[in-house]
Amino acid sequence: MAGELPGLLVNEIGGVHGILRGHVAFLKKHFYLITMKEFLENRKHMSKKVQAIYLWWHKPVIDKELLQSLPNLKVIANSGVGMDHLDLKLVASFGVKMANAPCAVSSSTADTGMALLLASARRLVEGYHIAISSGIEYREADFLGVEVTGATLGIIGMGSIGYKIALRAKAFEMNILYHNRTQRKEHEEQAVGATYCKKIDNLLQQADFVMVVVSLTPQTHKLIGKRELELMKPTATLINISRGAVVDQEALVTALQTGVIRAAALDVTYPEPLPRDHTLLKLKNIIITPHLGIKTDKATYMITEEAVENILAALNGLPIPSEVLPS
Amino acid sequence: MWYHKPVIKEELLQSLPNLKIVASSGVGIDHLDLNLLSSYGVKLSNTPFVVSTDTADLGMALMLASSRRLVEGHQMAVSPDTEYFPANWLGAEVSGATLGIVGMGTVGYKVAERAKAFEMKILYHNRNQRNKEEESAVGAIYCKKIDDLLQQSDFVLLSVVLTPQTQKLIGKRELALMKPTATLINISRGLVVDQEALVEALQNKVIKAAALDVTYPEPLPRDHPLLKLKNVIITPHIGSATEKTRRLMMENMMESIQAGLTGLPIPNEVL
Repeated sequence: MAGELPGLLVNEIGGVHGILRGHVAFLKKHFYLITMKEFLENRKHMSKKVQAIYLWWHKPVIDKELLQSLPNLKVIANSGVGMDHLDLKLVASFGVKMANAPCAVSSSTADTGMALLLASARRLVEGYHIAISSGIEYREADFLGVEVTGATLGIIGMGSIGYKIALRAKAFEMNILYHNRTQRKEHEEQAVGATYCKKIDNLLQQADFVMVVVSLTPQTHKLIGKRELELMKPTATLINISRGAVVDQEALVTALQTGVIRAAALDVTYPEPLPRDHTLLKLKNIIITPHLGIKTDKATYMITEEAVENILAALNGLPIPSEVLPS
Repeated sequence: MWYHKPVIKEELLQSLPNLKIVASSGVGIDHLDLNLLSSYGVKLSNTPFVVSTDTADLGMALMLASSRRLVEGHQMAVSPDTEYFPANWLGAEVSGATLGIVGMGTVGYKVAERAKAFEMKILYHNRNQRNKEEESAVGAIYCKKIDDLLQQSDFVLLSVVLTPQTQKLIGKRELALMKPTATLINISRGLVVDQEALVEALQNKVIKAAALDVTYPEPLPRDHPLLKLKNVIITPHIGSATEKTRRLMMENMMESIQAGLTGLPIPNEVL
């Protein structure tokens, strides 16, 4: 099949869930795009053409059936950095490589973490509603938030995103503590003035803001539960930009309702969106955002560029820049 | 004085023969007639430095909230009608964008320090250029002409003092010079912006969005068009509204008052 571009399977193009239309021209330069609909309508013809899959917001779902039906599949590239929606061992068992997009997401997600921290501390959403409400005059003298400058930030998960948060927080003269599977190098710590807390408890007890930036693994599932929330200061704020399942949501509801912690700001929940009658949606001391960590024109485009780079490397038998191996 | 009240008029001054000092909370003194006060031999103090970091923090909060559509996003996340989060719902990146700071005093400079950590390109316009060390510490480039700043910035942040010269500093002309993808952030005083021109600019997509901690008046009348625009975030003048800072402000005011009453040099005196 000389001269034909390799087939790239995507879930759909455009609309509310599909690959962004603005990315299509770039993808078509390198690949012959096949949507799931086209694949299902014409399996026999299409199945051999697919050499790569580009996952957009975790779709298409990669299961045994799909893997079995794609004999020439060499690589699956994920949009974003989290891989918790993939069965890494299963994919690897078919000899298929996997890649994520860690570089493209880091600044954008770090910005989101800071945006949530600041919005929660200064009660920005509440303040907005007061400022525009058609109700009775507000008593602005009572309306106080908590200081960010000079406060203590505890970062749980000091990967590339966590580190970018530390860089930003340092400019706010924050005192930075961090907890991570491994300690960072001394010069990295010094560059952001971060102090390692080998025990997460030490971080939780001292932090005014706890920022969760870990990947979701069996070890980090419900990492923040009743015990951890109770170790936090009653004046502290929890910010989650990792995955909803890292936090025990029921325990969080209780903690927020009973003043165990001051407030929470979540870009991620489990599930997304939450059921419309979920208690978290009704609390006053919470900000929830619709998983917008990487939702900017720039970041999404960079994610697609990073995915293409990884796919092309895999198809050409070269080292894959952001390869993800089953642990 | 707390939140500019009580209002100081001649009548009040005449009725208080033993008044020695007015201590005003916050840094702005545009609500006071300095000549009038001094003609009655009354001293004046404010609380300039203690508010700076909180105000700079709020400027950053507004810039991030606006560009990432945080308020809209929250509404979507909690709305009873939401069934899914669309993949094509996007905001704009702050990291690496260009920030133009109009007014590089204490607050403006602290904004620059914070913005630098977001790898932003920083331009600034000020009555006077800052010295080279100060500029290079935050990587800020001086724009002698405000037009240059307005034309290049993705975010224009106002942190000037309100004076007769800065009243309506940002009007129709300035808004038209801004990029159509740009956002205006105001943490100074409502009167620095021509509000009618701003409404028009936002409605006609001359600029993308605005985030205002200050308006004129405060609060705005409940039927004001600014309250209805989707691309506006307004907060109720909370620039210095944290427990810690308010307490510090009060302590500063106490110090100034005590000094004023005992004839000692007054900390934070406004001349």
